[in-house]
Amino acid sequence: MTRAPRTAPDPHTAVSHRIAVLGAGVMGVGITALALGHGVPVLLVDIDEERLDRARDDIDRELRMAQLMGRLPAAADTRALELATGTGAVGDATAVVEAVTEIADIKATVLADVSARVRPGTPLISNTSSIPIDELAGHAERAEDVVGTHFMNPPYLIPTVEVIRGARTGENTMTGVGALLTVLTRRQVVVKDAPGFVTSRVLHPMINDAARVVQEGTATVEDVDALMEGCLGHPTGPLRTADLIGIDNLVDSLRVLHQRTGDEGCRPCDLLLDKVRQGELGRKSGRGFYVYQEENR
Amino acid sequence: MSSFDTEATEKEILRFLEARTKRPWGTDADLFASGGLSSLFAMELVVHLEKSFGISVRGADLRLDNFRTVTAMTALVERLRTPAGGATDE
Repeated sequence: MTRAPRTAPDPHTAVSHRIAVLGAGVMGVGITALALGHGVPVLLVDIDEERLDRARDDIDRELRMAQLMGRLPAAADTRALELATGTGAVGDATAVVEAVTEIADIKATVLADVSARVRPGTPLISNTSSIPIDELAGHAERAEDVVGTHFMNPPYLIPTVEVIRGARTGENTMTGVGALLTVLTRRQVVVKDAPGFVTSRVLHPMINDAARVVQEGTATVEDVDALMEGCLGHPTGPLRTADLIGIDNLVDSLRVLHQRTGDEGCRPCDLLLDKVRQGELGRKSGRGFYVYQEENR
Repeated sequence: MSSFDTEATEKEILRFLEARTKRPWGTDADLFASGGLSSLFAMELVVHLEKSFGISVRGADLRLDNFRTVTAMTALVERLRTPAGGATDE
């Protein structure tokens, strides 16, 4: 690999931030790229060594895509990235972003572990798309340190972040997460805690319905997206959005919503479940509702 | 690496474009003009040029304008293949 020329640090970036990101999946990689792109060093942790091996290339590709689209400065690269298979080194992080699998037990275990390792008062940010924050906060040593953010994919492209304040989230934690999002040039909208908050509670059942319409033979995938884009102004169409979210993540999130709200519209439809069984998970696997070129994932 | 075959480079880029988009393109057509390709496709072009021509597109060269036309891409490939101060292999 060719080494990029060394450049002086950007004086506009806050050198004091150093975040740990847990989970090198689609969102962990995206949030890491966003942070590196704004001069914030990142320790990225994943227990899956194979995934961690791919992470540097994945992040590099995401940074370059962001640069190509003029969303991140040209100097951004992966030099300030550290990779680890364990949480041993999270102690000096100024904030921790948890982006592991959307299953409450896994998130709870991870939060319990890191809350015992960081300095008290370090924001523990869960990037859950649907699990209530207060439910997760109960597993941390200090519930007041836990807050939710809901970055969308890809984080560098989407300027607004949903921030979820749990019943026990402290004022200092809110200030800390706000400061971090300011450095990342994201706008925050703070909402109350509930299953799926605002965006997932509204979007995910809608995507479920879009898939159900295809399942029932009313329209093709392309036509559903064309109508939602062309008539209703949805930017990418619900089914292309499903591919971007990851259909497995979407199903996990719908299950969380269904269990916690009892809303039958949140029960994942058969077409979504079939796609997951067949490994057609969306962009990340090369095929979901649409087919993607390997280079273009 | 003294000579650069502009015509062959253009031809290869056009071949790739036409295979991927299933439509013909002129060397000066704006690929990303309205009704054209998505900027997501630009990343595919970056990766293809890197693989096909052994170049690395970094930093300030990662601009959509460098990938807007076949002519612009050919010029970029030529410049990155023959760096100032003599050609060197990685």
